[in-house]
Amino acid sequence: MEKKQKKRNLMKVYPIEENCISCRYCEVACTMVHSESKDPVKAYKLEELLPRATVEVKGAVSLSVMCRHCKHPFCFDACISGAIQVDESGKVVLNEEKCVACWNCVLVCPFGAAHPMIKEETRHSFKCDLCAERGFPACVEACPNRALVYENER
Amino acid sequence: MLFKKPQVAFYPFMVLRDDYKCVRCKSCVDQCSFDATYYDEDLNAIMNRHENCVNCKRCEAFCPTDAIKVVKNPSTFHPDANWTPEAIRDVHTQMLTGAVILTSTGNDKPIRNYFDHLLLDACQVTNPPIDPLREPMELKTFIGRKTDKLEFEEDGISIKTKIGKQLELEIPVLFSAMSYGSINLNLQKAMAMAAKEFGTLWNTGEGGLHKSLKPFKDCTIVQVASGRFGVDLEYLETSAAIEIKIGQGAKPGIGGHLPGEKVNEGIAETRMIPVGSDAISPAPHHDIYSIEDLRQLIYALKEATNYEKPVFVKIAAVHNVAAIACGIAHAGADAIAIDGVRGGTGATPKSLRDHVGIPIELAIAAVDDRLRKEGLRNEVSLIAAGGFRSAVDVLKAIALGADAVYVGTVAKIAAGCTQCQQCHTGRCAWGITTNDPKLAKRLNPEIVAENLYNLLRAWAHDIKELLGAMGINAIESIKGNRLRLRSWGLTEQENKILGVLPAGM
Repeated sequence: MEKKQKKRNLMKVYPIEENCISCRYCEVACTMVHSESKDPVKAYKLEELLPRATVEVKGAVSLSVMCRHCKHPFCFDACISGAIQVDESGKVVLNEEKCVACWNCVLVCPFGAAHPMIKEETRHSFKCDLCAERGFPACVEACPNRALVYENER
Repeated sequence: MLFKKPQVAFYPFMVLRDDYKCVRCKSCVDQCSFDATYYDEDLNAIMNRHENCVNCKRCEAFCPTDAIKVVKNPSTFHPDANWTPEAIRDVHTQMLTGAVILTSTGNDKPIRNYFDHLLLDACQVTNPPIDPLREPMELKTFIGRKTDKLEFEEDGISIKTKIGKQLELEIPVLFSAMSYGSINLNLQKAMAMAAKEFGTLWNTGEGGLHKSLKPFKDCTIVQVASGRFGVDLEYLETSAAIEIKIGQGAKPGIGGHLPGEKVNEGIAETRMIPVGSDAISPAPHHDIYSIEDLRQLIYALKEATNYEKPVFVKIAAVHNVAAIACGIAHAGADAIAIDGVRGGTGATPKSLRDHVGIPIELAIAAVDDRLRKEGLRNEVSLIAAGGFRSAVDVLKAIALGADAVYVGTVAKIAAGCTQCQQCHTGRCAWGITTNDPKLAKRLNPEIVAENLYNLLRAWAHDIKELLGAMGINAIESIKGNRLRLRSWGLTEQENKILGVLPAGM
């Protein structure tokens, strides 16, 4: 019999579908805080960055989708270069410098939360890092309708 | 414009986009519920159909880079005081459709706002003002029939007289009737939550009470209108008070029509009608053709609820409002709600909205005067409605003689409304006057309830400051106290009707 999984002490971002108004604030905030310039217009237009959280819309249903930091991450299994690691808290961390752009993670992620970055010489995948640099996820802070919450893993 | 009638090109608003700041996030495309914004993949550009823009400002509010401004179309008709762009466009609309022009919200014409011509008093030297932050101030208001006189027991302290059911409000501001159907459940829920938290009441409107709102029983006024939607014994009992709706300020003398396509399962169940059927409120109550008939309905409702619920009667302020209000008082109502010419609505013919009824300020003064003269003022509470914008308006209305005030538009604005006058289309981009699930979810009841609570709190503070300056420590002491009002810029006749002296006297 499989041993019961211990609950991880990991904070994650959860979308609340009923509150999501598909305004893309999470997307733009994400792109902005992960940019060099910390300016949304420059982030998109000069640095050509893309958001790590993406809003999925179908009719009245919409929600923001980002890395789920799975207990058994397929991307970790699929990564051929060791760029994707799981840290002691259970957070799935992607080291963009180690990434060899094989796109295996992009292919296997069941949520479509790993994205390929292709611009000029740069080739690597990227995904939600729970705003490691700033400490609190920008998407949660930016959401105008409380459709994103940052909580302990359920 | 290709494949369009020529007049369509004379649209009133334009969406200006700073293309450099636009990051193509497509938020505006998704937010626009009027099909005025779209993304062109070939051009990789956000484009606009200006003729569809209604100036709701949803795209402007939700552009993350502040790249959008909705502006008036600079191309106007020839300046003409009579043939305003609105007058010309109305002719265009009617010649193309052959129909009555439908609109919503309240009267937008520059009918004199008497609140803006009234000034409040303050204390100087001879009478001390009160500091509301240091001394207790009372905004508690009781709605309901008051006794003619009080009798005391032999001890001289205990009251012998039995006082009828009174509704206790922490602030003389109630949320006005807005039905489930005209607005969605999220706003009703937000109003109910805020009313409960602050200690006031909200009104279901004529569309019944959704089962999820039954826990808010003690702060709910249930409405009985000509369509009798959702009315049964349980509905009447799940309330703090019952309101008979005779008329509405934005459309006196006409009924209502919720088109069948808007009647979804929730609305159908709450209104007790089949899904997809038109919900038609007739213009008259077919059982009320006189004050005596009204009395029968009032007492039928009281009888049904064991005389435990105060019964309000809501009318629009029309020319003979004072006489009608007296009739309603005689008929046995516990409170009269009067809705003035600036009152809002979810749908009304434009000609009625803009040209029928009288301003609420004059109606309050006239009704209060008449009720006093007939010795009926203590028998009914007077609730004023229609166009209240601020705590100052509320206080001026109370000084003119109202007991409390209904606010509807204010609640909508606190929920995001920008007064674009498109409620009747059911496409409200702010998710207020729509039941489209994609749009309705834009209104988070939790957030709006907090906003409404803040608003009531701010108004309470404002009223206390104004009362303090007048040296008054209870709202009761300003009620009908027109001596603390002065007017400016009004005619002698207007001053006489309002019962106020001009400034300087």
